Amino acid sequence: MMRKRLLKDKLAGKYMLLLTILSSLIVFLMVIGLYQRSRPILAIKSLSELLLSTSWHPLRTEFGYFPFIMGSLWVTGVAIVIAIPLCLLTAVYLSEYAPRYVREWIKPLIDLLAGIPSVVYGVWGVLVIVPLIKNYIAPFFGTFSSGYSVLAGGIVLAIMIFPIIIHVSLEVFRSIPHEIREASLSLGATKWQTIKHVVIRKAMPGIIAAIVLGLSRAFGETMAVLMVTGNVAKTPTSVLDPAYPLPALIANNYGEMLSVPLYDSALLLACLFLLLVVLFFNIVVRVVLIRIERYTQ
Amino acid sequence: MDKRKIEEGLFKGLMIASTIVILSSLLFILGTVIVKGMPAMNLAMITQTPKGGFYLGKEGGILNAIIGSIYLATGATFLAILIGLPVVLYLNVYAKKGSRLVTFTRFSFDVLWGVPSIVYGAFGFMIMLFFGLRASLLGGIIAVSLLILPIMSRAMDEVIRMVPKELLEASYALGATKLETALKVVVRQAFPGILTAVLIAFGRGIGDAASVIFTAGFSDFIPYSLFRPAATLPLAIFFQLGTPFPEVQDRAYASAFILTIIILIISIASRILTRKFTRHRVK
Repeated sequence: MMRKRLLKDKLAGKYMLLLTILSSLIVFLMVIGLYQRSRPILAIKSLSELLLSTSWHPLRTEFGYFPFIMGSLWVTGVAIVIAIPLCLLTAVYLSEYAPRYVREWIKPLIDLLAGIPSVVYGVWGVLVIVPLIKNYIAPFFGTFSSGYSVLAGGIVLAIMIFPIIIHVSLEVFRSIPHEIREASLSLGATKWQTIKHVVIRKAMPGIIAAIVLGLSRAFGETMAVLMVTGNVAKTPTSVLDPAYPLPALIANNYGEMLSVPLYDSALLLACLFLLLVVLFFNIVVRVVLIRIERYTQ
Repeated sequence: MDKRKIEEGLFKGLMIASTIVILSSLLFILGTVIVKGMPAMNLAMITQTPKGGFYLGKEGGILNAIIGSIYLATGATFLAILIGLPVVLYLNVYAKKGSRLVTFTRFSFDVLWGVPSIVYGAFGFMIMLFFGLRASLLGGIIAVSLLILPIMSRAMDEVIRMVPKELLEASYALGATKLETALKVVVRQAFPGILTAVLIAFGRGIGDAASVIFTAGFSDFIPYSLFRPAATLPLAIFFQLGTPFPEVQDRAYASAFILTIIILIISIASRILTRKFTRHRVK
């Protein structure tokens, strides 16, 4: 009886250890797997050609990612520019000014925003933002736009990354010791001066980490972007132009990718590229956040 | 002195305004989906599979996608629990505190959390090619379970970390093995949190489209085996919205309404469950 229990314990321990090791290797498996699949295209094209060429004609085996990368950068850029001020002001309000009950009410609502599926964001974008841009914003600037544009993608993505940026910023603000705030207040600083000169300055690395986390989420978001940016494979020159971000390219062409030679390789290379960019951002952010966590303990 | 007050007032106003903007964007999205989706709802939508010419505006419903999504999310959640729970228990009960493996695993889950779902889709697709699988319910389950694994594990880890160490020690002192302690003390103590983590993961799984687009395929029929392609709600919304027919687009709104309702139910349920179970917790 006793030995059976110990044996069970040992076996379970080994099994758990195995699962732990395997699951912490998933990231590497992804990178290696995608690299393996994209080798055929890397064998015949140079990386700089792929990244800088603007011609995308899979049937002529021309795979230039440049318009898609630029599409991604434009859309992500617009999203982050919209999201930064709104999120930071909200986070400061919730952490420093809002009464407790307000905070307790608002937090679940922000969580809810994070739970809405991206396809629903896409539907909303098509129903609200696209017509808004087509009928009001573009005419206001005296130009024409179909509404399916960088701006539409940017607005929808901004809302999608609100919860991430707010959530992480709140954690960062909470990690700042009260003594520092009190020291500043006791020197005669107003609450806002304390926030501006002490809290925000102290929280800066964490705030930047929060923003980068939002940025990388926006960079990899697929479905909503696919639905509202118009998917025209041309480098956008204004926020009212359509764009074709990298994730949308991958999602949109899964159907025909196995029937054209090297097409699947090209798309999976795009995937690898996406993964590496996001991994880089995430690793940097996590290192910063871990250091903040250590510092506060 | 006055200037300082004015500046503070100004920024406070801006802060409240941005909070309102963010909250109203949530209400705006939910409102739009309800206003557009409700009128297009009918009983056939949730009780019938697509009939011939459904995507041209003929009759039928999206029962195939509703059932497909539920199958897929349930399967993926189950698979993710099978992998995630042992890992989290290992990190918190078996492993030495602060060991390299623990730090590394937590770090890699944090990083995995940030990987876009389309990449999981492509990775799942590669696994399928490797095993010679075609687009199927099983393929979708694999991709989605990978996607929700870090989400679920991180959430579980957070609550299991909070279980007081004294409780574990009391259990060891009574002669329990680590396995018994993990299953009978730690899991029970952290149960509400684990349930919430599972529900969050389920909600994410049912709503994700980019990871199933490669892997689960699409079908007008309810899948009767793991090796059949399965329709999913998000893709059904996407395809219906992509048609040029207003009647079909209306159905996309109705489908989005159904999906949103499912998500709302899950999120409310997790809140109620958490509240109900925390009463019995040892603090």
